[in-house]
Amino acid sequence: MSQDPGVWTVLLAIFAGAIRVSTPFLFVSLGECLTEKSGRVNLGLEGTLIFGAMSAYATAYTTGSPWLGVLVAGFAGLSLGVLHGLLCNLPRINDVAVGIALMLFGTGLAFFFGKPFIQPAAPRLPGIPLGDWTGNTAIASALDINPLFFVGGALAWIMAWGFKTTRWGLIVRMVGDSAAAARAMGYSLGRVRLICTALGGFLSGIGGSFLSLSYPGSWNEGLSSGQGLIAVALVIFARWNPLRCFVAALLFGGAGALGPALQSIGVSQGYYLFNAAPYILTLLIMIVSVSPKRSLKDAPSELSITR
Amino acid sequence: MTKRALSIDILGMGKRFGAFQALDDVSISVPAGSFHALLGENGAGKSTLVKCLMGFYQPDGGDILLNGKQVTIAAPREARALAIGMVYQHFTLVPSLTGAENLVMARADVPLVVDWAKETKALNDFLDRMPFRVPLDLPLSGLAAGQKQKLEILKQLYLNQRFLILDEPTSVLTPNEATEILGLLRGMTQAGDLTVLMITHKFREVTEFCDGVTVLRRGRKVGGGLVSELTTDAMAKLMIGETQVPKRAERVDHGVTPIMVDLIALYGTGDDGLPAVKELDLKVHEGEILGLAGVSGNGQVELLEILAGQRPLAEGRIFVQGKPFTPKRAEMDLMKVFSLPEEPLKNATAPRMSVAENLAFRSFDKAPLTKARWFLSGKEIRAKAEALIERYNIRTRSPETPMEALSGGNVQRAVLAREISGDVAVLVIANPCFGLDFASVADIRGQLLALRNKGTAILLISEDLDEILELSDRIAVMSEGHITYLAPAGEADRTAIGHAMAGH
Ligand SMILES: Nc1ncnc2c1ncn2[C@@H]1O[C@H](COP(=O)(O)OP(=O)(O)O)[C@@H](O)[C@H]1O
Ligand SMILES: [Mg+2]
Repeated sequence: MSQDPGVWTVLLAIFAGAIRVSTPFLFVSLGECLTEKSGRVNLGLEGTLIFGAMSAYATAYTTGSPWLGVLVAGFAGLSLGVLHGLLCNLPRINDVAVGIALMLFGTGLAFFFGKPFIQPAAPRLPGIPLGDWTGNTAIASALDINPLFFVGGALAWIMAWGFKTTRWGLIVRMVGDSAAAARAMGYSLGRVRLICTALGGFLSGIGGSFLSLSYPGSWNEGLSSGQGLIAVALVIFARWNPLRCFVAALLFGGAGALGPALQSIGVSQGYYLFNAAPYILTLLIMIVSVSPKRSLKDAPSELSITR
Repeated sequence: MTKRALSIDILGMGKRFGAFQALDDVSISVPAGSFHALLGENGAGKSTLVKCLMGFYQPDGGDILLNGKQVTIAAPREARALAIGMVYQHFTLVPSLTGAENLVMARADVPLVVDWAKETKALNDFLDRMPFRVPLDLPLSGLAAGQKQKLEILKQLYLNQRFLILDEPTSVLTPNEATEILGLLRGMTQAGDLTVLMITHKFREVTEFCDGVTVLRRGRKVGGGLVSELTTDAMAKLMIGETQVPKRAERVDHGVTPIMVDLIALYGTGDDGLPAVKELDLKVHEGEILGLAGVSGNGQVELLEILAGQRPLAEGRIFVQGKPFTPKRAEMDLMKVFSLPEEPLKNATAPRMSVAENLAFRSFDKAPLTKARWFLSGKEIRAKAEALIERYNIRTRSPETPMEALSGGNVQRAVLAREISGDVAVLVIANPCFGLDFASVADIRGQLLALRNKGTAILLISEDLDEILELSDRIAVMSEGHITYLAPAGEADRTAIGHAMAGH
C-alpha cells in the first residue's frame, strides 16, 4: 500500500515539528508562569520574544557564535522585563496596559534595529543528532533536536520543584497569592515581582533566540505570529503549573506543526486552515477553561486579570 | 518550674489618626497566665490598641512593660522576637499554600531548600502535642473557615509565642468550634504556658473563658476588672455608655398567614464551580421573619445572590405569592421583591456615584424620575433623595456626596432606605448589622420588625446567632448548601442550632 509511508511521514513530521515549534512556547510560557506566580501579568512577552530573536540573530551574525546570541537575547529580554517590573512598581499603574505598551515597544525596537540583518545569514544553533544510528534520514532529521528543548524541559522540572521546596519559590507564591500575608512577613512585593518579571523576560528572550537561530532559523519581521501571546493563554490552560506548561507547549507545538507536516506529503488542501490550528486551539481552550460562572482554578489571587 | 507565660502592662497609651483621637491614655494590665478580654463597640479602638502593642502602629505616647521591664516594639517582627503573637481579624494565611507550607513560611528562619520529609515529621510531632489537628497537606483554600482559624492559632503556638493576642477570633466559628479553641487556650493559660488578650463582642465568651476584662469606649478605658465581679449588664452599660437606644417596635401577632415565598429544590453553583446551594427547600410566610443561621461560606451568599438575580439558578423553582418568579428587574419590580446583600458598599452600591444616584437605582427608569421615557430628571432624583435622607436619618453632607464617603451605618441605612421605602412584599437581607454600632444596630433591627409587622415576608440571613434569635419568628440553619434545621423561634435551642450549623 502506498498509504502507510504517508501516515508515518506525517506522524514523524508532527512529532519533530511539535518539538521544534514548542520550544519558544515553552520558554515564553515558563517565563510568564513565573511572572504570574508572583501576582503580575506581563502581556509584553510577544515584544520580548521578537526583540530577543533579533538580538540573538544580530549577535550570532556579528560574532559568529550562536550561543552568545542566545545569551544576549536572554539579557535583552531581561532588560524589557526590568522595564515592565519597574513601571508596574509605580503607584496606580496597570500591568496589563504596561504590557501592551511594551509589546509594541519591543516589536518596534526589534524592527528598527533588525533592518540590516534581514538579508545576511547568521550561523544557526546546532542540534543534537539523536537519530543518526538508525541510518534512516527521515528519522535522523526528526530526532535532530535542539539542546534548548531539553534545557526548557529541565527548567520546567526545576521550577515545579522550586515552587514547592525552596524558600524563594515559596516567597514568590506567597507574594502572588496574598499580598497582605507577604507584607506581614516583611517581604517587599515590588522587589519580588520585579525579579520575577525580569527572569520571565530573560526566558522569553531565549525563546526568541530559538526562533531566529534554530527554527524557522532566520530573522524577518514576520518571524513570530503571536507565539508570545498564545503562550500567555497557555499558562492559563496549564493552570500555573510549570510541568503542565511543558505538556501544553508540546500540544501547541503539535498543532503548529500540523500544516507543514501535511504539506510535506503533498496535502495542500486546506493548508491555511491547518496553519490556523494553534489559534483555533487557543480559542477553544479559552472557551473551555474560562467561564463567567466561576473563578479560574489555581490562579494566583493577586493577579489583576483574575481579581 | 518557672512560668513561661509573659505579663504585659500598657501604660497611658495614646494614638491619633490625623485629627481623630483613636486612643486616649489607655492603661491595661495583663498578668502572666491570665486570659484577658478587651470589650468595646465597633470603632472603640480595640484593634488600634493591639496594633500599637504589636508595632503595627507607632503610638503617640505610652509605655509597654514586658514582665515588668520596659520595651519598645517598633515593628511586628520585633514583637515576634519577644514572643508576642497575634491572630488578626482577617486571615493572614496564604490560600494556595498548604498548611505545612504556611507554618514553615511563618518562621523567621526558612531554610533555602526545605527538607519536607524532616519538616513534615517535626510538624506532626508538634501537632501530636496539640488537642486538635488540621490537615497540613491541603491548600488552605480548600479548608473550612474554622480549620483556617485553628491553623492561625496553631501557627502562633508553633512559633512558640508566649503572649497571644486574638482579634475577634470566633466570628467565623460555630459555637462548638469556638468553645473547643478557647477551651484549649484556657487550659494553656491555666498551666502557665501562655497569656491571652482577646478582643471580642460576645459576653458568653468573656464570662466562660476570661479572668479579667477591660472595656473601651471611643478610645478611652471606661472600666474593667475581674470577670467574676462584673455582670454582663454592667459590661454592656460600660460599652454603650449614655447612648440612647431607640425602643423597639412590639411584635404584632399575625396568627397563621399565607405563604409568600416558596423555594423548591434550589441548586446553585459557587465561584469555584462547585455546588454551593443543594436541594434547598424553604418557605417564608407573610408578616414573618425567617432567620437563616449558619457559619459563613455554607452557601448563604450564593442563595441571596440567586434570589437577587446576581447568580443563575442551576435548578429548582421559586414561587412568590404562588406565582413562578424569575429574579429579573421587571419581575422583582412587579412582585415587590427586594434584597440587601452583606457589605452593601461593595455589593449593592456604586461607591463613587452620589448618594442621590444610588438611592435612585430601583426607580430611576420610572416616572417621575424619568421624563418622556428617556430623560432623567436631576431635580426629581434629588428631591426623592432628600426625602429618604430625612426619613431614614442618613447622615451625609449632601445628596451629591459619593456613597463611599459615608460611614458603614449610613451606607447600610441608605441602601435599606432604597430597598424598603416603597411597598415591600419580600425582603431578602444578609448580615444587616455587621460592623455597626449599638445605636445603628437597634435602629435597623427596629425597621426590620416594623416591616414585618406591616406584612412583609423577610428572609434574614445572618452569621450572628443572637440577631437571629432576637428577630426571627422561625429559625432555619443552613449547612453545606441545604437546610439542616427548622423550628419556630419559641422552640429553638442553641445547642441544637449549633449542631446543625456544624452539619450534624
Ligand atoms: N489607619 C487608620 N487611619 C485612620 N483612622 C483609623 C485607622 N485605623 C482605625 N481608625 C479609626 O480609629 C477608630 C478605632 O478603630 P478600631 O481600633 O479598628 O476599632 P475596633 O474597636 O472596632 O477594633 C475607628 O473610628 C477607625 O475609623
Ligand atoms: Mg477591630
